[in-house]
Amino acid sequence: MSALTQSQFFNQLKKYYTFYTGGFIAFVIILAILEQVGVPNKVIGYIFLIATIGLYAGIGIMSKTADVAEYYVAGRRVPAVFNGMATGADWMSAASFIGMAGTLYLAGFDGLAFVMGWTGGYVLVALFLAPYLRKFGQFTIPDFLGARYGGNIPRLIGVVAAILASFVYVVAQIYGVGIITSRFVGIDVTVGVWLGLAGILVCSFLGGMRAVTWTQVAQYIILIVAYMIPVVWLSVIHTGNPIPQIAYGQALEKVSATEQELNDPTTVRGAAEVSARAAFKARQTELEGKIKTLDDAVAAGQGEAFLTAERTAAGNPEDFPADVDALKEKWKKAADAAKKSSGPVAPHASAFSGKGAEKKLLKDNPNATEAEIAAAQAEDEKASDIKRRNFLALVLCLMVGTASLPHILMRYYTTPSVREARKSVFWSLFFIFLLYFTAPALAVLAKYEVYHNLVGISFASLPAWVSNWAAVDPTLMKIADVNGDGLVQLAEITIGGDLIVLATPEIAGLPYVISGLVAAGGLAAALSTADGLLLTIANALSHDVYYKMLDPHASTVRRLTVAKVLLLVVAAIAAYTASLKPGNILFLVGAAFSLAASAFFPALVLGVFWKRANKLGAILGMLAGLGLCIYYMVITYDFFGGVDANQWWDIKPIAAGLFGIPAGFLGVIIGSLISPAPAQEVQELVDHVRYPNLEGSVGTQTA
Amino acid sequence: MQLTEKHREYWSKNLRLTAILLAIWFVVTFVATYFARELNEIVILGFPLGFYMGAQGALIIYVLIIWYYARTMNKMDKEYGVHEGEE
Repeated sequence: MSALTQSQFFNQLKKYYTFYTGGFIAFVIILAILEQVGVPNKVIGYIFLIATIGLYAGIGIMSKTADVAEYYVAGRRVPAVFNGMATGADWMSAASFIGMAGTLYLAGFDGLAFVMGWTGGYVLVALFLAPYLRKFGQFTIPDFLGARYGGNIPRLIGVVAAILASFVYVVAQIYGVGIITSRFVGIDVTVGVWLGLAGILVCSFLGGMRAVTWTQVAQYIILIVAYMIPVVWLSVIHTGNPIPQIAYGQALEKVSATEQELNDPTTVRGAAEVSARAAFKARQTELEGKIKTLDDAVAAGQGEAFLTAERTAAGNPEDFPADVDALKEKWKKAADAAKKSSGPVAPHASAFSGKGAEKKLLKDNPNATEAEIAAAQAEDEKASDIKRRNFLALVLCLMVGTASLPHILMRYYTTPSVREARKSVFWSLFFIFLLYFTAPALAVLAKYEVYHNLVGISFASLPAWVSNWAAVDPTLMKIADVNGDGLVQLAEITIGGDLIVLATPEIAGLPYVISGLVAAGGLAAALSTADGLLLTIANALSHDVYYKMLDPHASTVRRLTVAKVLLLVVAAIAAYTASLKPGNILFLVGAAFSLAASAFFPALVLGVFWKRANKLGAILGMLAGLGLCIYYMVITYDFFGGVDANQWWDIKPIAAGLFGIPAGFLGVIIGSLISPAPAQEVQELVDHVRYPNLEGSVGTQTA
Repeated sequence: MQLTEKHREYWSKNLRLTAILLAIWFVVTFVATYFARELNEIVILGFPLGFYMGAQGALIIYVLIIWYYARTMNKMDKEYGVHEGEE
């Protein structure tokens, strides 16, 4: 293939992937026909699972390579459009595919921080990093730190930060693969995790970046098709317009009107909501009372007796909590859930809503004095301002984090030229944008469905999708007639975020084959991201630590062998961690963005834009950024034993980068100014990366 | 190697373009969100403007910023003779 020119190569790729897309659509149609003639859903699920993983494995085997440049950077000839698709798949994780629309459904406006943060970051990639890193043209991100700042220390800090940020992330992806496969074909999550691992390794093990790139392009096509079909169909059903991104304006208007009605106790439906909320309030009070008697019993040394009495009262069920703490935890959770359902509906589109102190005051005490009202208003305003501050801080951290995650930046090493790298960032964001600007539409359309076709109907005639999902997984769909009026109230429905994407095909009345397609899409999203991350971690170890620091004379064969062995080891550790089902680690994924942003962004950007930046600056900046970010998380995140009271300006731990990023910049600047300017060669290197082609400049192109 | 005047001009033009596009990015992201409560008073085609900016408007502008940057810089490379060979 190396005999081909770049444009012949491009045309060939176009042909391959057009055939591939056509073939995939034909495959889905055949499965749809099989479903119609009576093949059971489970078989269709298995066919989807085996066929797609088999396909990725096939591409992986076809792309096997023994060439270092092919293994690390796909031979640097991936055209802009294809690199864009690969980056899209690399970027969009299980959380984006399955979770994003659900987050927007549950959080409304406040969820948009993720939509903005995870797209706007590409502006920073385009303006500050991609073209320059491409011109630098090595293999990893620590490579740039090593060459620009000299010595092994900046490189080593880069390696540690890259692994820290990527590892939590990859564990979450592998766990996601386990969940999807288990839900999809009914196998145990742990088995699903190891199955997913096999799927990830077959593509990356033989062909490294080259195999991962071409698999990711294939995965992008599956995931975008799978995401769009149900949404478009839902949009046609509800609005008659096949472009959901435009059509959902109408749906949003109706949703907002319904929200007002449901929050107004003088309307019939509003009054029904009030009674359902009151029932939840009573339940919450009851549970809190029970927790108090439990605490009293424990304080009196009667904990065990209390537990036994409760167990007997509950009829000795097998899943009854084994100790007092677990029982208390269970009740606390139930009380929190009841509390959530006892409040009014939060309007979907309203930005940074306060806590409703004024409304509550007027309801409890219609004759409140002006001073009391003013105090409540001030309280609302304060809550709203804190929300806004956190929203802005989170957006910043997600954006800068996007522009600092090594598995994304690495992708821009694979284009043939600086020119293509610039175009490639555009294509990357374009392909990501397709999904991200659809997610808000899906959230609103799903809300419309729930408000108009679920709320107010009788429990005897629930739609099939509701009872199906309630039976399959109560964490996703819970519905109960709490106030006993036989009708569904909004407060009586509890929805888990993941339900929105998973149930959309059924809500839209599409056949099971589309549900299978959606699961395959989720799987593609999780696998592709896991691939990119694993490769980043393994390459940081094999290339930066082994080759650059331990044995710079290693032969090509040896380098690749080490790379592959490390890939296996890292993958096994990640899968083992995932199989422990660490629920909390999912919270840490958000933290990865703040960590990467604080550690990398200042040193990378100043490395290109400020010639005076030097080794001491880079070391200080990276350590200060990373250190402050970790410190803030530890003192404020309850997972590490931190408490809210330690927060600075009420900023949540997920946005710790708000402090880490400036600390990183300050560190680089101060460290550089108190030590001598970098050597002439380094300054020439900076000029070299700034200009796409500078005659007679030092070369860094080794591949 | 020694940079010529032309090279310096290329770089300062690049910096200017970067600064302008970054300013647009900043306004669209942070200023618009800061005033989202106020912007939500304006409703277009069913969309409150503040909500629309976060859900879609900002995203469209991001795509355009990157497109414009790539196009302008790729042209400027040729103009200043710092473009790459081949193709």
